[in-house]
Amino acid sequence: MAKDFLKDAKDEYDVIVIGSGLAGMTSANILARQGYSVLLLEHHYQLGGMATWFKRQNGHIFDISLHGFPYGMLKSCRKYWTQEIADSIVPLKGVRFKNPQFSLETSFNREDFTQLLIEKFGIEPETVKRFFDTARQMNFFDDQGKTTRELFEEFFPGRDDVVRLLMEPISYANGSTLEDPAITYGIVFSNFMQKGVYTFRGGTDRLVKLIKAELENNGVDVRIRTQVEKIEVSPDRSVTGVIVNGRRIGCKAIMSNSNIKGTILNLVGEEHFDPEFVEEAKAVRLNNSSTQVYIALKPGDELEYCGDLLFHSEHNGFDIEAMLSKNVSSRTFSFYYPETRPGSGRSLIVSSTNANFSDWADLPEEQYEADKKHLIETTLDCLEQYVPDIRERVDHLEASTPRTFQRYTQHLQGASFGTKFEGLKVSKELPDQIAGLYHAGSVGIIMSGWLGAVNYGVIVSNDVDKYLTPAAARI
Amino acid sequence: MAPEQIRSVILDILARIAPDEDLSELDDSVPFREQMELDSMDFLDIVMELRKLYRVQIPEEDYGELVTMDSTVTYLTPLLKDAESTV
Ligand SMILES: Cc1cc2nc3c(=O)[nH]c(=O)nc-3n(C[C@H](O)[C@H](O)[C@H](O)COP(=O)(O)OP(=O)(O)OC[C@H]3O[C@@H](n4cnc5c(N)ncnc54)[C@H](O)[C@@H]3O)c2cc1C
Repeated sequence: MAKDFLKDAKDEYDVIVIGSGLAGMTSANILARQGYSVLLLEHHYQLGGMATWFKRQNGHIFDISLHGFPYGMLKSCRKYWTQEIADSIVPLKGVRFKNPQFSLETSFNREDFTQLLIEKFGIEPETVKRFFDTARQMNFFDDQGKTTRELFEEFFPGRDDVVRLLMEPISYANGSTLEDPAITYGIVFSNFMQKGVYTFRGGTDRLVKLIKAELENNGVDVRIRTQVEKIEVSPDRSVTGVIVNGRRIGCKAIMSNSNIKGTILNLVGEEHFDPEFVEEAKAVRLNNSSTQVYIALKPGDELEYCGDLLFHSEHNGFDIEAMLSKNVSSRTFSFYYPETRPGSGRSLIVSSTNANFSDWADLPEEQYEADKKHLIETTLDCLEQYVPDIRERVDHLEASTPRTFQRYTQHLQGASFGTKFEGLKVSKELPDQIAGLYHAGSVGIIMSGWLGAVNYGVIVSNDVDKYLTPAAARI
Repeated sequence: MAPEQIRSVILDILARIAPDEDLSELDDSVPFREQMELDSMDFLDIVMELRKLYRVQIPEEDYGELVTMDSTVTYLTPLLKDAESTV
């Protein structure tokens, strides 16, 4: 008989969280700490969602989305997780750029960028200061009509090289383009510029292990291999439970960490919403997907320092279409030295590109395999200039594509970074449509990435808590 | 709870949110944000903590009342008048 992944689960919880991405796990933790009974359901056999890793022969461990996050993650982990988790957050040493326009290394913070912009790019100090201050003051309530392109035009007209320095890393970090609202750029860029880029010592596997222990410590009922098929809604439009692995489990509130469009259109079903809301949800644009090439050096072969993150491009100028093209001319390399997992003696490299789902979705199997092989080979050709003799040093090689991301995370079209800006509005308005139904997860660009997902999980948990605290209890 | 007790409840919460800050010098009439590094997430934490401790609901439009210690205590005094102190 198949194993029952819901063995001994109760028939009723205060809150059911669907999905164990960083937003889902953080909500589960916060709500359990507020005193609710919480069931966390994850379809995969591993917790973490995109914050994930995989193991291969010879003990290699590859991280998928541990390339870097802003300093704010440290504070959020301390407040919403544990001091031990926060203590493992450490700064990256160096971020490199190499492209036909410039080649440089930076600590990726305001101070260093200011110096670079003035000395290397010849920008007036006053302009640089005004730009940073403008970006920093941007918030959600500002003008959403202004695009990132307009923001750059205002401060650095005609300076494609400056745009590239300021924009390329952010496009890699969250898939945003020059057409996205300037505020989404300003908020994310300022988060990074505050103190530079950080990573998690011990790798994603260690982080998720610590998180899981804390969830259990706070009484969350954590279940893997549990696929939510349906969210159950009463005729008066409030949530009553879910159908998971064929079983019904009741609840007072649901936090869906599943893709926002999938939550509305598949898990609940359009018939339960106002038609205008359904139209709005359907119109939400997804962000792009990714490809990655995973490269492990032979055990004990220590990679010489060549930066932590390297934005490599052969393309002239910042060009989002070129960055997404299957004909790759731009890549981000993440170099993982042995201290990533202290004592491991392993050096690994992950090369990432942004990618269109449509370029990979319908390839016949043979072509798909050939294209993956081509991606790996061209990546090694490129890497050769930074890591000489890479081909002789390699122990394991493998690639993932938008198809891979879709399969493992269930995000429509393998979207790596959630939705465009309008997804945030739909996510926030979900409970106005169906009482007790909430969504937290990468939406709207600003709520995406590790930090965005964690913080959005907290923000929405506050709303769930408000909903579950009866007004009558007000003293 | 009396205003002095509410003040120490808030101090307690702040100490947990910002363990690195020295709160002994806090000026009750000056905005928190001008004296310590507090962001909007921290204010959310204060609201959630108060709800957990006293089940008091603070609507979003009232978050502006939490700007200084004085204004916070004034705002909370009627809401918490029947609550038992936890400190
Ligand atoms: C290649 C790549 C690189 C990245 N690099 C970085 C980086 O360097 N720094 C950074 O900050 N961010 C990075 N990100 C983005 C970051 O990883 C994500 O924004 C973040 O992890 C998303 O968290 P989330 O809470 O939105 O949920 P997700 O991670 O999307 O998790 C959702 C979870 O819900 C589960 N689920 C969905 N539907 C169901 C269902 N019906 N039943 C049960 N379970 C379900 C899924 O299995 C999944 O586990 C990267 C992303 C990718 C893809």
